[in-house]
Amino acid sequence: MKVSGKVFKYGDNIDTDVIIPARFLTTADPELLKVHCMEDLDSDFVNKVEAGDIIVAGKNFGCGSSREHAPVAIKASGISCVIAEDFARIFYRNSINMGLPILECKEAVEGIDMGDEVEVDFEEGLIIDKTKDLVFKAKPFPPFIQKIIDAGGLVEYTKGNA
Amino acid sequence: MGMTMTQKILAFHAGLDEVHDGDLIEARLDMVLGNDVTAPPAIEILGKMGGEVFDKDKVCLVPDHFTPNKDIKSAELSKCMRCFAREKNISKYYELGDEGHGIEHVIIPDNGLVFPGDAIIGADSHTCTYGALGAFATGVGSTDLACAMASGKTWFKVPEAVKVVLKGKKNEYVTGKDIILHLIGLIGVDGALYKSIEFTGDGVHDLSMEDRLTICNMAIEAGGKNGIFPVDEVTLAFMDKVDQNRFNSGEYKAFVPDEDVVYSKTVEIDLAEVPLTVALPHLPSNTKRAEDVKDMKIDQVVIGSCTNGRISDIRMAASILKGKKVDPNIRCIIIPGSRKVYKTALNEGLLNIFEEAGCVISTPTCGPCLGAHMGVLASGERCVSTTNRNFVGRMGAKDSEIILSGVPVAAASAILGRVATPKEVL
Repeated sequence: MKVSGKVFKYGDNIDTDVIIPARFLTTADPELLKVHCMEDLDSDFVNKVEAGDIIVAGKNFGCGSSREHAPVAIKASGISCVIAEDFARIFYRNSINMGLPILECKEAVEGIDMGDEVEVDFEEGLIIDKTKDLVFKAKPFPPFIQKIIDAGGLVEYTKGNA
Repeated sequence: MGMTMTQKILAFHAGLDEVHDGDLIEARLDMVLGNDVTAPPAIEILGKMGGEVFDKDKVCLVPDHFTPNKDIKSAELSKCMRCFAREKNISKYYELGDEGHGIEHVIIPDNGLVFPGDAIIGADSHTCTYGALGAFATGVGSTDLACAMASGKTWFKVPEAVKVVLKGKKNEYVTGKDIILHLIGLIGVDGALYKSIEFTGDGVHDLSMEDRLTICNMAIEAGGKNGIFPVDEVTLAFMDKVDQNRFNSGEYKAFVPDEDVVYSKTVEIDLAEVPLTVALPHLPSNTKRAEDVKDMKIDQVVIGSCTNGRISDIRMAASILKGKKVDPNIRCIIIPGSRKVYKTALNEGLLNIFEEAGCVISTPTCGPCLGAHMGVLASGERCVSTTNRNFVGRMGAKDSEIILSGVPVAAASAILGRVATPKEVL
């Protein structure tokens, strides 16, 4: 599977409270959550994001709360992949369960800038910055994790295997 | 290579003789936990998988985040969980006003639901609190909760550990909160990413169970998968108090780490050197000595939460606020963490002390900690809070600020209207 889009670049320790503030957690509906995605960090995000776009961020992306609403909001906003130096543990697990592709690649985070056009090839673990003509190699997911993501999340994957 | 406490608990629950860093294992769970924010999505997912829980006595559901419900949407979330609990006859469902109700991480240890050696997951990141009793406990999302409610099992990647050696004795008014903030200041908010934080050293015995619960509660704030304390006489006395039958039956396991464990990092902390500590906006690692930031004016003080809403916290707050007045420019909100804490505070006359000092007293709720209700901040406002996170917008407006502290600093700050230490008011 390949995805491509323009990059939204953020810093270290992007927490789940800025990804989706708790005041909006009275719903778990992706369509209602997505309109507040990243609101307290980047109020323009929801106006600018288009299907396929990619978030690139620094260390410890998704730290804080266990709210699954965070990867749900990001995925529903149209983001096709999050690339970070590393991810907070619960967010990492929730993203796989929700079918939001995530990749850890420090070199890509250092090389890619806001607004770059980037393509990601998940099978090969390749991150291609088309604006800068650079290629980065991330560790691809093991096949069983990739199948969960391809199915759209753990529930669909589990149903498909039942 | 030897195993850590956490690894031994995971091996035991996976039915394996040993596990190693990075192993993927499936573990049996002693309890799975959800709240009014995380359980409703899990209940919907569980419905798609057949809808039955693996054991009605091992699922714990607690309405605490948006309760007493702040609006219609949050009331619908509580209703969803309540109806499910009744339909499935969930024995560990705690309704508002029940004797055992309160903030989940306050009531679960107090209600005797966690013992040494247990393996617990909860769809709340502060589930790691229970490591204080020598259990393995960690936070997950709603989908993992749903699958665990159905099967009583989940998969884990076996973590390596950061060893934290505590030495000596802490100074007066220094609490578990200062120790964990100090540690996070040393190692950073990702200092234990994906790892266990295992506490050891002679200083452990100087820490009350409440101190340990507060410390493990914030293991997640260093990125940790879990925090865990060894089982000692303090643990045994606590178990005897909360569930004498289980304690006497010996149905628990105290695991000790092997001597040849290879830790990813070892941090030594001399408790006598830990100052009254605060974390300035907007990360728990942004720590300072409280006395170095006394010029910071504030608008609100919150004393409570799963981090600092226990009876010892409420007693400490009362001992500082007794006979004093809250600064007229400050709202000081006291939130006993459970009905038992509230009732004890009432019987001991502590609520009267708060009332006379000019505090407002709330029913148990997570409320302001996550900016839900009962103390949300307006733009530009600043709060000293005994809660656990000071991220942007956590307690309200995105340009409001949270300073994290222990109870003594929070109570003194309420009196002086700025960041303050207890010795300034006593």
